Amino acid sequence: MAFTLYSLIQAAILCVNAVAVLHEERFLSKIGWGVDQTVGGFGDEPGVKVQLMNLVRSVRTVMRVPLIAVNAVCIVLLLLFG
Amino acid sequence: MDYTATQSGFRQRKLQPNMRLRTSLVDGSEGSQLFEDTSGAASGPQTGNQQAGPQAAGFPGQSILSDPMSNLAMAYGSSLASQGREMVDKNLDRFIPISKLKYYFAVDTVYVGKKLGLLVFPYMHENWEVSYQQDTPVAPRFDVNAPDLYIPAMGFITYILVAGLALGTQNKFSPELLGVQASSAFVWLIMEVLAVLLSLYLVTVNTDLTTIDLLAFSGYKYVGMIVGVVAGLLFGRPAYYLSLLWCCVAIFVFMIRTLRLKLLSEAAAEGRLVRGAKNQLRMYLTMSIAAAQPIFMYWLTYHLIR
Repeated sequence: MAFTLYSLIQAAILCVNAVAVLHEERFLSKIGWGVDQTVGGFGDEPGVKVQLMNLVRSVRTVMRVPLIAVNAVCIVLLLLFG
Repeated sequence: MDYTATQSGFRQRKLQPNMRLRTSLVDGSEGSQLFEDTSGAASGPQTGNQQAGPQAAGFPGQSILSDPMSNLAMAYGSSLASQGREMVDKNLDRFIPISKLKYYFAVDTVYVGKKLGLLVFPYMHENWEVSYQQDTPVAPRFDVNAPDLYIPAMGFITYILVAGLALGTQNKFSPELLGVQASSAFVWLIMEVLAVLLSLYLVTVNTDLTTIDLLAFSGYKYVGMIVGVVAGLLFGRPAYYLSLLWCCVAIFVFMIRTLRLKLLSEAAAEGRLVRGAKNQLRMYLTMSIAAAQPIFMYWLTYHLIR
């Protein structure tokens, strides 16, 4: 498989976009992945699922604004250069 | 008499700013070069003196530089240049931790030889712990268990060259193909490091493995790949499969023995059977990181030996 760095960047943008569109109350709470369901024990055992939910929430919070810029740039470049 | 006096005076005056410029350039370049000369040879001052000699001998023809205004300008220019260099270094250090990278390249020939032997035959080695010196890990030169970036970097470049050679024997070579191979292998490396980082985060392992350590460990498989491909080129497909099998098993054992001490808890690392879901998860994680290496080794080389 001939991967290039450009395809890695494309894949990264697509994955981050996919994580960013997961809506908190319409979708994640319905399947039991909402942040109100992360209250577990106070021990040092967060568990894989809680870590994953925290990761999704933090990616959505952090990448919201940069994604707007990156997507706008991608759209313009794809329109211009195909 | 008068003429020679002024000429020798001129030459003396010329020599000093040149020496200053030359030594400041030498010092500046020592400070700003990425990898300091850790071989211990004090060759800096001697080459500085030798270079100042021919420099001063070339100058007598230029009399415009004899006046103090341009001396001042030259001194000012050299101080500006060194300030600019400091600023660039400081800003570059913020993005790429160059001081941390220097540690990974502090290797010498004995270490490289021992480490290569360990990568191909890890079965006799007894003590896999990294030695520390007052909380900081010892440089790779002094400890064969410490990870370094020299072998992975050289291995990567050699792998690309050997891949070009192998593709040439199949009459498929073109210069763009080298770039394609390089970026493809690099992308797989980045994806592997990201996957390991993600799984370390999910399993909440408290470890002192940095990202650069993981990059180093993932880069050690290039040694086995090169051995396999070269054996395949010299002796045919059965030799390729045999040597790749040997190197895969060796890398598997190497990774497990190295990661065991870093990822698992103390009791499990000593071999005692420890129950508990968390320890089991860590054991699975170690096993899967080690098992991913042979898979990648085969994946990245099977198309080279047809």
